Amino acid sequence: MTNTADRHDVAGTADALDPRDPGPDLDRLQRLMGLMTGDEKHSPAATSTLDALWVLYDRVLRVSPESFGDRGRDRFLLSKGHGPMAYYAVLAAKGFFPEKLLTGFGSYDSPLGHHPDRTLVPGAEIGSGSLGHGLPLAVGSVLGLRAQGLTDPRVWVLIGDAELDEGSNHEALAYAGPAGLEQLHTLVIDNSSATYGWPGGIASRFEAAGWSAETVDGRDHEALYAAFTAPHPGRPRAVVARVEPKSA
Amino acid sequence: MDTMRDRFISTTSRLLDDDPRLALVLAEISRDGFQQAERRHPDRVINVGIREQLMIGVGGGLALTGMRPVMHTFASFLVERPFEQVKLDFGHQGVSGVLVSAGASYDWPAGGFTHMSPGDVALLDTLDGWTVHVPGHPDEAEALLRRAVAGDDLVYVRLSLQSNASARPVSPGFTTLREGRDGVVVAVGPMLDNVLAATEGLDVTLLYATTVRPFDAEALRRAVDGARADVVLVEPYLAGTSTTAANDALAETPHRVLGLGVSRRELRTYGSMEEHLRGQGLAPAALRERVTAFLDH
Repeated sequence: MTNTADRHDVAGTADALDPRDPGPDLDRLQRLMGLMTGDEKHSPAATSTLDALWVLYDRVLRVSPESFGDRGRDRFLLSKGHGPMAYYAVLAAKGFFPEKLLTGFGSYDSPLGHHPDRTLVPGAEIGSGSLGHGLPLAVGSVLGLRAQGLTDPRVWVLIGDAELDEGSNHEALAYAGPAGLEQLHTLVIDNSSATYGWPGGIASRFEAAGWSAETVDGRDHEALYAAFTAPHPGRPRAVVARVEPKSA
Repeated sequence: MDTMRDRFISTTSRLLDDDPRLALVLAEISRDGFQQAERRHPDRVINVGIREQLMIGVGGGLALTGMRPVMHTFASFLVERPFEQVKLDFGHQGVSGVLVSAGASYDWPAGGFTHMSPGDVALLDTLDGWTVHVPGHPDEAEALLRRAVAGDDLVYVRLSLQSNASARPVSPGFTTLREGRDGVVVAVGPMLDNVLAATEGLDVTLLYATTVRPFDAEALRRAVDGARADVVLVEPYLAGTSTTAANDALAETPHRVLGLGVSRRELRTYGSMEEHLRGQGLAPAALRERVTAFLDH
């Protein structure tokens, strides 16, 4: 089942009535992260992206190791390349590369650096680490897909609330709204790590630029799924996923 | 005669008609010239507003989906301002594109230093894999642009209002225009006419370069086989930009290199391009003095 409408129907009915227990999935992901960190459990900061990433890869993105080379795949761009353990754990859990690669995390010959490199990591759409590059690359990806008549694939980019400090993001979000880039989706993981915060809220920045935007609990899988799959005709979509403050 | 920038607009507009893989990203500059192309190809002529970081990031994103992006604005806003985007959104991602600049080092002296970019080629020298074209005539610009768009590599095309009176056939390597014994002079792109005037009657080998990266080391080695290994580089951007490349080319040969071009020091003057060429010591009389002083030394 890859039909968009079907997914939205599911979100509105069966799943909402009978939420899936995310416990076993999260336990497995924590174990995979442990192969990189040596820890059994991880701090909220280390897992700030974990729930949202899992919901995306498990239920929303139409991409798999088999379809990764397809022009029509959905694209996920990890812009906030810091702390990529959760991302690597999700990619391993989805079969993009074997779990055994995780143990080499950060070592000389490992493809898995402390910031991802797309030329080394199977399943990674971009290399990141320097903040503020993913959203402009995502805008260009949407424009490239559209220019080739590929209006079905969706492009997702994950940024952090502190990453939003970088001006390049504001160049991109101010352009994407008026340009009506419906295929573009920004996931903002908000763990209150921006020193000056975002008075008025992060979502308001996107809304003012013409985006559809929603703020949800970044640990609530059903809320994330509903926000990820809500229709937003003619407009790009921003989902702000709030998690525990980094400093807490 | 049209300018190199005019030729860029007409050539790219035609290429957009022919090549569905080609996309043009603008940041307002030259948008008027591309109005027709934008109407014909609204999905592939993309103006992002005055947002140069976004322009380069968008180019990288287009390339990630398999398009061939051309990005264009003044050199200072194309290479210098979004330099980290050039570094990371292309080379580091393993994708390619074409940067086409206008403005060069002193095209608009009345506009002052904010619109001068003598350091663009030197900056790109810190990155791997960039081909750099410096055409000396609109016809050469068209040929090099067509080559750049048809390719799959990282290419910078540096356009200027400074132009030689006549075009020469472009070649990936340096062209030998004259052979002599007392030394070798390499003229880059639009510096050629001044170099021709400056070296008239001198017994030197004269090489002409419209592609400076990769640097044609082989041509320089051949040239010093027949002439004294005293080499003068005359470049329309930061003086000495290619001195390292020339030294590397001649690593096995005792040699001397003089790198002439635009100084780091701001002139802090306005006026015309001719006045700036004189101010930089790049007008024929000053060039001749500097070349002969070096060769006679």
